Amino acid sequence: MAKRVLMKGNEVIAEAAVRAGCRHYFGYPITPQTEVMHYMAKRMVEVGGAFVQAESEVAAINMVYGAAAAGARALTSSSSPGISLKQEGISYIAGAELPAVVVNIVRAGPGLGGIQTSQGDYFQATKGGGHGDYRNIVLAPASIQELYEITVDSFNLADKYRMLVMIFGDGTLGQMMEPVQFRDEEPIIKTDKSWATTGRGGRAEHNVVTSIYIEPDMLEKKNNELQDKYAIVQQMETRFESINIKDAEIILTAFGTCSRICKNVIRQAAELGIKVGMVRPITLWPFPSEEIARVAALDHVKAFLDIELNAGQMIEDVRLAVNGSKPVFFHGRMGGNMPTQKELLDQIVLIHKGEVR
Amino acid sequence: MAIVFEQTKGLTDKPFHYCPGCTHGIIHRIIAEVMCEANILEDTIGVSPVGCTYNNYEYFSCDMVQAAHGRAPAVATGIKRVHPDKNVFTYQGDGDLASIGAAEILHAAARGEKISVFFVNNAIFGMTGGQMAPTTLLDQVTTTSPFGRDAAQQGYPMNVSELLATLPGAVYIERVALNNYKNIQAAKRAIAKSFRVQQQGLGFSMVEFLSTCPTNWGKEPVESLRWLEDKMMPQYPLGIFKGKDLEV
Repeated sequence: MAKRVLMKGNEVIAEAAVRAGCRHYFGYPITPQTEVMHYMAKRMVEVGGAFVQAESEVAAINMVYGAAAAGARALTSSSSPGISLKQEGISYIAGAELPAVVVNIVRAGPGLGGIQTSQGDYFQATKGGGHGDYRNIVLAPASIQELYEITVDSFNLADKYRMLVMIFGDGTLGQMMEPVQFRDEEPIIKTDKSWATTGRGGRAEHNVVTSIYIEPDMLEKKNNELQDKYAIVQQMETRFESINIKDAEIILTAFGTCSRICKNVIRQAAELGIKVGMVRPITLWPFPSEEIARVAALDHVKAFLDIELNAGQMIEDVRLAVNGSKPVFFHGRMGGNMPTQKELLDQIVLIHKGEVR
Repeated sequence: MAIVFEQTKGLTDKPFHYCPGCTHGIIHRIIAEVMCEANILEDTIGVSPVGCTYNNYEYFSCDMVQAAHGRAPAVATGIKRVHPDKNVFTYQGDGDLASIGAAEILHAAARGEKISVFFVNNAIFGMTGGQMAPTTLLDQVTTTSPFGRDAAQQGYPMNVSELLATLPGAVYIERVALNNYKNIQAAKRAIAKSFRVQQQGLGFSMVEFLSTCPTNWGKEPVESLRWLEDKMMPQYPLGIFKGKDLEV
């Protein structure tokens, strides 16, 4: 077993991508994800890959589109304002059914906003972002170890479903250092890429990668095929972590680094005699609606408290899943701030006393 | 019986959808012929633009990737970095390349990206209905310059070949025209040279084609060819702007 090393989140993303067989990185500098680029600029030379500093985020995502069309495992990384620029390419990648991995180390918005941590891009990541009816698989790790494993897995998921996989890491995750244990060998899934535009090389038919279907019936058929695929992804790839559900009166819902504060608060609440559990979505899309609905149906569960680094975005999915059966409260911080354990505990105590409307 | 002429295998059997008198069809054919004559059809990947030729992936029989508006040079960069041993070309109009894709073409050239760019300049947006392009001539009437392009309001035509020729990464830049047989043969030679530049790994190359758009110019096809000669050529002189002495 390889030894544990202390690494920064952004560097772990880059190293994990290389270990997953990614040899093509295209990016543009933006805080707080730039270390992904720094690492790749050196590492791609070592492994005989290609590193291109693109002229813009728009160009970078289109380079990913080209590399993915050509059959490669390709990566780009950015942070919120840059991800907004990439939405054109993200929609095209969905339309052309190309496998690609995009990292968003989310910072606070809107506009140029700030450079500190946030989860304000939840809507953008899970509800579309670009134009048209499409989905991305969105993964939200909460630790550096999980970030490593999820990054490797992202490339497998992208290839398996010919979909864009977004790694949704809040700014803290990109910037913080934690020990990470690398595997000796990565579980790389090889998929058929006979559709790729690699040059005909004697093939009977030419390959074409496109997202345009000018005939309405053809385009509707294409859309139905995409929706069928997304339904399979929902069925097969929904991931979450549920802790302390048994006997819990209050259920927290939180993802990313925010969920780690919640874990501490759950312990503190227990000391006060309040039973608190948590459902942590690991896939933001597909969203673990069934698990939340299951938990909401438990008699001992009295209320939900959704905690996010935004004005309340995932809470809409939580409420849809809870479907009015239990109250869902919210506590959020914005602008790059994180909630303290005390403010969350105070909130839990008030909910427990029935003093929060 | 000896075959004296046959359709190039570089094109599929699908009939072109282009308007009568449009020169896209000629450009398609000579690119396809070059790919066959140079024996690179099996080793070439093309990138389709947004515009009248958005679906030229249905016509070229090599592998093809359709790109977002203006992004073909970035897409081609991605493909070429994966397959440095293959030939990669983009086919772009003047709205695609010179307007929305100005950043992508400039930086692909600056990086010396080893791709061939085939740039079709007909001084107008075709597919969307004859709007002003960066290459639209002064006083030229379009649907968005209905009183003629006025420099005070709408600026000046953009000479892309001259602009890109200033960049060290661009090693071969030539402007050709499709107004007569002689020039079409010269255009074909330019395409072949561009592919050879790429194969030898020398850097970025572009062939700009002065082309016609009778539909949106509001002119008969023959009259359009005359307009190309009388109006476009003075603004966009033919010639090699970079790589004149390049031996390939």
